[in-house]
Amino acid sequence: MSEPRKSKSEQKLIGTPMRKVEGLSKSTGRATYTDDIALPGMLHGKILRSPHPHARIVSIDASAAEALEGVHAVITGEDMPTCYGIIPWTPDEYPLCLDRVRYVGDGVAAVAAVDEDTAIRALDLIDVDYEVLHAFLDPHEAAEADGSTAYIHEPKKEGWNGNVTKMVHLEFGEVDDLMDMSDVVVEGDYLFEGTTHAPIEPHCAIGQWDGVGRLTVWSATQVPHYLHRELARVLGLDQAQVRVLQPLVGGAFGGKSEPFDLEFCVGKLAMLTGRPVKILYTREEVFYSHRGRHPFHMTYRTGATSEGKLTSVDAKILLDGGAYASFGLVTTYYSGQLLCAPYEMPAYRFDSKRVYTNKPACGPKRGHGSVQPRFAFEIQLDKLAERLGIDPIEFRRRNFIGENTRTVNELRVTSNGFLECLDAVQRASGWDEKFRTMPFGRGIGVAGSTYISGTNYPIYPNEMPQSAVQMQIDRSGRVAVFSGASEIGQGCDSVVAYIAAEELGVPLEWVRVLRGDTDFTPVDLGAYSSRVTFMLGNAAIDAAKKLKALVQKAVAAAWEVKPAEVLLADGFAVWAPDTSRQMPIAEAFNLAEAEFGTLGSTGWYNTPKDVHGEYRGGTIGASPAYSFTAHVAEVDVDVETGIVDVKKIWVAHDCGRALNPILVEGQMEGSAYMGFGEALMEEQLFKDADHGRAGLHNAPSLLDYRIPTSLDTPELESLIVESIDPEGPYGAKEAGEGPLHPSIPAIANAIYDAIGVRMDRLPFSPPHVWRAVEASRDQGSLGKPEGPRTLASPPDVEAEPVHAD
Amino acid sequence: MTTTHDIVRLHVNGDLREVGVPTHYTLLETLRYILGLTGSKQGCDKGDCGACTVVVDGRPTLSCITPVWEAVGTEVITVEGLASADGPHPLQDEFDLNGAAQCGFCTPGILCSASALLERTRAPSREEIKDALAGNLCRCTGYTKIYDAVEAAARRLSADDASADAATEGGASTGGASPVETDREPGGV
Repeated sequence: MSEPRKSKSEQKLIGTPMRKVEGLSKSTGRATYTDDIALPGMLHGKILRSPHPHARIVSIDASAAEALEGVHAVITGEDMPTCYGIIPWTPDEYPLCLDRVRYVGDGVAAVAAVDEDTAIRALDLIDVDYEVLHAFLDPHEAAEADGSTAYIHEPKKEGWNGNVTKMVHLEFGEVDDLMDMSDVVVEGDYLFEGTTHAPIEPHCAIGQWDGVGRLTVWSATQVPHYLHRELARVLGLDQAQVRVLQPLVGGAFGGKSEPFDLEFCVGKLAMLTGRPVKILYTREEVFYSHRGRHPFHMTYRTGATSEGKLTSVDAKILLDGGAYASFGLVTTYYSGQLLCAPYEMPAYRFDSKRVYTNKPACGPKRGHGSVQPRFAFEIQLDKLAERLGIDPIEFRRRNFIGENTRTVNELRVTSNGFLECLDAVQRASGWDEKFRTMPFGRGIGVAGSTYISGTNYPIYPNEMPQSAVQMQIDRSGRVAVFSGASEIGQGCDSVVAYIAAEELGVPLEWVRVLRGDTDFTPVDLGAYSSRVTFMLGNAAIDAAKKLKALVQKAVAAAWEVKPAEVLLADGFAVWAPDTSRQMPIAEAFNLAEAEFGTLGSTGWYNTPKDVHGEYRGGTIGASPAYSFTAHVAEVDVDVETGIVDVKKIWVAHDCGRALNPILVEGQMEGSAYMGFGEALMEEQLFKDADHGRAGLHNAPSLLDYRIPTSLDTPELESLIVESIDPEGPYGAKEAGEGPLHPSIPAIANAIYDAIGVRMDRLPFSPPHVWRAVEASRDQGSLGKPEGPRTLASPPDVEAEPVHAD
Repeated sequence: MTTTHDIVRLHVNGDLREVGVPTHYTLLETLRYILGLTGSKQGCDKGDCGACTVVVDGRPTLSCITPVWEAVGTEVITVEGLASADGPHPLQDEFDLNGAAQCGFCTPGILCSASALLERTRAPSREEIKDALAGNLCRCTGYTKIYDAVEAAARRLSADDASADAATEGGASTGGASPVETDREPGGV
């Protein structure tokens, strides 16, 4: 380690278990979500959706719907003919389709009526005439299209394939030479079928127009700022006319991180009717709105020396993007850019292509673009370790990239606790006694990963802060924080409250957080890319320290001591040299207000700009800090039925510093759970013409699209590792997405340890596992694999993981 | 469009309420739209997710697939009815202390299922807790913190029962806030 780590002992509250500021409101039913809001005179909206995966809209006749009693307005694409898209370079969708539908479920018209039942009846009365077009459901077919049938989108240049969203080819180092010189090269094809977020709260939005130029939209969104901008642009309003309110959000996971049709529709319908309008998605609509994990078709070649050092990595990836670009430009880069740690790679190439298909658009889901390649790559590492006879934990240690370094694609890595993560899971799982030694059918597997703590650059180019808060202190001793961040359950309101309480010395219950109102809070870009704790936390520290300095100065003047000797803690200002000298914090605040006037401050955070390479795309994947994770999974596999029973997952995560260990553990366990669900159960599949109506979702319900229940979920053990990041707030990095990644390959590697069968496609459901078992049986390879010649070195006894209790 | 309404008498959270509801309304729609009890959530509207769970005559019940007339003549408890004038129910407090509610959308339903369980037994095993919550999907927590919270609340309720038994009248616990120390010492609030 090149630099001493920051001390953890300076804070009193930070690092201890604390309540969440909105916790009791959630457990008593007082918490307000968007659908809990009912406004006087509110109308209910519904959206008519396409029954075809690909068709031209010939005509729409809404006259019968408009004539229905109780219907106040019907709108179609013509009412909002402005193209938008979350990524400014790839706008390709309209709130309601203009002349073409591109997936089953694409919106074509919307109605506002006195109640939901009337709105549903009105939808039935809208007559849409379609000219059905050839539907591309298979990404390979879409990639090879020649224009003989209509492309899904117009080609950007003549002669191009209009089904291609984005191609990225990046190469670092001598990939082919080093591959040729490798002692061992392993190859594999991997398929990650898409999965969806399935938050328990369906999307909901309410629009209210004041009749003279101001639109208010309440929405269950993760990105109120981007929604604010797009609402103004699409509805032809000035941004100053639009206010976005974000009530508490009932889960998101990336599924609410861009504008959706309902938000534009409630805005437009409210403007047309002069009445508030609410739209609540049905669960089926949530499945069709999607924007979830892309299906990836991946091929990897990975080389290593006989000593177990990686030499070269070569990847080819086809991304099945669905009907619209969404975040796809970023996903295409992320599919390659985020693989370059925690292991040192002398050479790396990836060739990624995202194509449109006539299915719901894919976008970001927890671990955006990097969960799929991590699944493939960690299996590749397992294969290499086995070929070389090296224990897979030991193999990963030998390739550790280190702290304060650059990846092969030139991303700056600072703090890195990956080795401690490996130590922790090795020790806690009893790895040394279990790996390759348990009976046939029982197995254990390991995997590692890294993830960003926020993207270094905002979605639209600008030099302004990525995150900001305003803070004020009042005469009663209270602190009010105005935060633009997005509370989606991860605890960002609590993070700013913890920081205010820590720095200003007030009890936590004296801190009030006002959040989620673009009229009254400074801009934070949203809850995505694991950016919030890192960026908002630094902004809050900045604001709090400015106020703290004023309070210290005022108290110091009264006591005739030095400001640095005045401590603020536990509701008091205290003189450090003699702690019996103290005054209640409210009194200290009053002294400061008398001295400096009304007390408020702003604090903000912006990213460092020298943390990436100077090549096209080099900024994508750049982050001020990276988290690191290692998992060990233990499984039972029944080769007769193909049933995999995951007994336990040990989750070690380097979050930099756990500001509240309970919340960090919650993120780790929730991530591991979600990865487990993707590994064993979840699959966002669509029917082809041979199996029903083409483009129809296979299982758009929470009964049929199975997510893990309490009975399915394995035991999860969290092992917090703290590397104390030099730039993070009190040393913190992200915890919300990184710990998902290794679940899937750790389980795949555990299945191999159990029965000697490689699982190269997801999910590891009974039919898939059973087929893989039968294929192995035919090849004679079913059975317990041989143990490694080189065992894992013992874990570092010094590094004990942190437990919350 | 006209909708036929019925007058129904419902016992909800200890109150007798007489309200007019559209004939086809579910219990969930009545709670949320007529009575303003928005604590119970609509996650799927077809009985798959459990977010709408309320307690009907002691049994966890999916209110989104229960016609409102089926609730006539029963005692309905929603998440709003778990707390008392003394403060939150130990389950509600422990959910907060243990980080068992992240986004909080499944929480009201889970609390109703868990409270029905703890009325049946004060010392449920972890397997019993898993069984009791199998109809409530949580997408945030991985369930671990939820089990911790239910177990902690069970210990508090048991301690309440014991101290109530020790008191002269020896009545049953009303499930109000408990002065018993919790396992974890939170840093604030």
